[in-house]
Amino acid sequence: MRENDVILQTVSKIAVFIILTFGVYLFLAGHHNPGGGFIGGLTLSSAFVLLYLSFDVETVNAGIPLDYKKVAALGVLIAVLTGMGSLLFGSSFLSQTFAYFDLPIFGKTELATVVLFESGVALGVIGVVVTIMISISEDV
Amino acid sequence: MTFIHFFILIPILTAFFIPLIGKLAPKLHLGWPALFVPVILFGFFTAQIPAISAGETISGSVVWMQALDLYFSVYLDGLSLIFTLLITGIGSLVVLYSTFYLSKERESLSHFYAYLLLFMGAMLGVVLSDNLMVLYLFWELTSISSFLLIAFWFRRKKSRYGAQKSFLITVSGGISMLVGFIMLQVMSGTNSIQEIIAMRDSLQEHELFVPALILILLGAFTKSAQFPFHIWLPDAMEAPTPVSAYLHSATMVKAGLFLVARFTPVFGGEATWFWLVSGVGIFTMFWGSFSAVKQKDLKALLAYSTISQLGLIMSLFGLGSAALQGGASTESIIYTKAIFVALFHLVNHSTFKGALFMVVGIVDHEVGTRDIRKLGGLISLMPVTFTLAVISSFSMAGLPPFNGFLSKEMFFTAALNANNLTIFSMETWGLLFPIIAWVGSIFTFAYSMIIVFRTFLGPYRRERLEKTPHEAPIGMLISPIILCVLIILLFFMPNQLSHYLLSPAMNSILPTYQNTEGLIPKISAWHGFNLELFMTAGVVVFGAFLMKTFRFWNFVYDLFPEHRSIDRGYQWVLAKSESGSKRATDLYMTGFLRHYLYYIYGFLLLLVGGTLWLTGSIVIDPSDDVPVSLYEGIIVAVMAAAAIGILFTKSRLTATLLNGVLGYSIAVFFVLFRAPDLALTQLVVETVTTVLFLLCFYHLPEWSKEERSVKVRLPKMIISIGMGALTVLLALSVQGNKMFESISSYFEDSYELAGGRNIVNAILGDFRAFDTMLEVVVLFIAGIGVYTLIKLKAPKGEDDIERE
Repeated sequence: MRENDVILQTVSKIAVFIILTFGVYLFLAGHHNPGGGFIGGLTLSSAFVLLYLSFDVETVNAGIPLDYKKVAALGVLIAVLTGMGSLLFGSSFLSQTFAYFDLPIFGKTELATVVLFESGVALGVIGVVVTIMISISEDV
Repeated sequence: MTFIHFFILIPILTAFFIPLIGKLAPKLHLGWPALFVPVILFGFFTAQIPAISAGETISGSVVWMQALDLYFSVYLDGLSLIFTLLITGIGSLVVLYSTFYLSKERESLSHFYAYLLLFMGAMLGVVLSDNLMVLYLFWELTSISSFLLIAFWFRRKKSRYGAQKSFLITVSGGISMLVGFIMLQVMSGTNSIQEIIAMRDSLQEHELFVPALILILLGAFTKSAQFPFHIWLPDAMEAPTPVSAYLHSATMVKAGLFLVARFTPVFGGEATWFWLVSGVGIFTMFWGSFSAVKQKDLKALLAYSTISQLGLIMSLFGLGSAALQGGASTESIIYTKAIFVALFHLVNHSTFKGALFMVVGIVDHEVGTRDIRKLGGLISLMPVTFTLAVISSFSMAGLPPFNGFLSKEMFFTAALNANNLTIFSMETWGLLFPIIAWVGSIFTFAYSMIIVFRTFLGPYRRERLEKTPHEAPIGMLISPIILCVLIILLFFMPNQLSHYLLSPAMNSILPTYQNTEGLIPKISAWHGFNLELFMTAGVVVFGAFLMKTFRFWNFVYDLFPEHRSIDRGYQWVLAKSESGSKRATDLYMTGFLRHYLYYIYGFLLLLVGGTLWLTGSIVIDPSDDVPVSLYEGIIVAVMAAAAIGILFTKSRLTATLLNGVLGYSIAVFFVLFRAPDLALTQLVVETVTTVLFLLCFYHLPEWSKEERSVKVRLPKMIISIGMGALTVLLALSVQGNKMFESISSYFEDSYELAGGRNIVNAILGDFRAFDTMLEVVVLFIAGIGVYTLIKLKAPKGEDDIERE
């Protein structure tokens, strides 16, 4: 029996964008406010999970053709490599730095290397959560 | 960073690029790009000869982990220079040889050359490192690359067996060496070998001195295949012949000799050191040559011959260490000659054994068999190979005009000198050394002749061979020709070698004798009619006699039957440890999930609860606590109701939802206690896990309440109530105990230190980023684990490769 999930699908179409936006906000806000790579990544992956729940796997995969195992691997790689980046400047592994810049539109802005590291964390979380989800749901 | 650091890293880095080059240029034989590395390095190390022979040393250090006294420090002196030249020189020849030996079509060359270069880098690291821990690291890396190379033809059962055997033996020796290194570090307070050598006198009285000595020697003996650990080397011959020529005769097996030479200034002069090194060495020399004579496979014969020659060099290092007893003096300088011969023979052995392995490889490649019962009469078909075989095996037998003659005569001199020692109770036992040395040499002569006569002379029997033999292509002949030229060259100009390479090495092995008069003997081919010459003559006569009469005395080998050999002992230990661990594992791996939970929680209860109890840490101090507000009370009530409700639900769905209630309530608590980050995380995690739970339950059968007997339920109840009580007690005790100042004030400066106002994230991403990085890695491993458990199943009908 095919279930009728018109309402779920319609709501998710809108909700996914709200969640994705919120996830990105959380990711960027993490430096000064609640948020950060882990929460941002989890929120983003919950948007994906919602998509996979309301539509079937094939439809979502056709829209977002990503291999989430590779996303996870990329995330881990970024997290490790950004740690090594500091070695090039003679600091110890994984030390982070920050500086303030005057950017055209944003004005005085703080740019921190920790964002790179956190993006690795976020990608790792997204990749792992969605990989687990898809693997379990496809195993029939 | 000095240039030496780069030299160690270049081969290792190139190893990573070799597969890439293979992809980019599929028509290229990967041996050619790989050849660049050893040739260039050989050039650079050759350029260091003038400086090193003038008495200079080159050292450099790079900080790795200062807190652990871990420096990537290198030290190039005479001793390491000899080894680097062997590694890169023989390495170049072997890579060139392998380019013609290994077929591009049939073999996975990118693996082969990647492993080979990895080994080269690791081996350079071993001989150049000055830091004990870094040396150990490279030491094990050589074992790993040797494992990979022996198992290169991994579809053969024997290759896998040989690889595993060599790995198990050398790595267990390596671990004991590591323990010895740690003891040295404890005694001296430094990881630098040169500093340890400098404080040698203050170490000798330490109670750990002899244990450290024995443990380090275990590492050296296993690596250099000394009795009784020699059993791995014959099985390692399953590797492709270029690998056997390189790793298992010229370089890796000499790492143990290097270690002994390197630590002679520290341990030399100690009776235990003298007896272990020279005793084990001389016996290995005899046993190896004795066993070599009966071998039917040419490579196995060479393996035992290598064991014997390594034993010879080892015993010389041991005999020479006597010179360090009681300090340097003019009387004891005569004993240093043994060390000089050891170094000389080490170089000679690399030349003739490398050439011999290449010759055997050619025979195997062109004839299709290495069995001496099938071979014979190849002289007319392979004249060049025959000439090379004659030069290299006559050198091994100790005949003039080849370099082996010089070092063999000097070996006899050293053994006879040892007879005159008056320390270490050598008055009683000293005579054994020249006798065993002489007997061992007779066998050496016999098997050297077997190689030449059984393979190239005698009747030619085409019907026993797989294909018609013919001379090898010139590419395969170049490398052994170069080595054979060296063999002859070294006979005529040994003193040049001694001046440029051996004397600086002598100075680094015997720092107390540095540049003493008479430390470097003059090597001469003719020194009159003395005892050594008569010994050589005796070796030739008896050796030829033994070879001719082999079938009349080979019953001797029946005295050492196969089923009582050390090899069987190894297999027995292996089988027993496998069955034993299986029995132990079966004891607790019952297949019941609840049993595993018992172990986990029971252990936790015992360990944490026991520690709390024993240390008397259970302190409940409610004086500082804030009064419980109404909201908090309500949430606690809700949580309690949900938790108790789970116990009585009939469906999985309800249980999951109730579990969700617990999770969300915790999130509400975080909000109440003003931890927005935690609250957010908890909320999202709870949502995602609930979805995952529901997904899993889709696949599970209906929830049936199976066993309800008290016997099953009682332990469950005890464990769950115990865990709950323990958690509560732990949380309360943390509040009650104030052992030290809180470190949280440091993190409060996060805005200045890390530029972020969010302390939690500053800790996660900056202060303790290492934790976070590893957590991401763990998460990734878990994800891949789930994926592989679900997705990767062996296709039907296709069995595991391990069970072939």
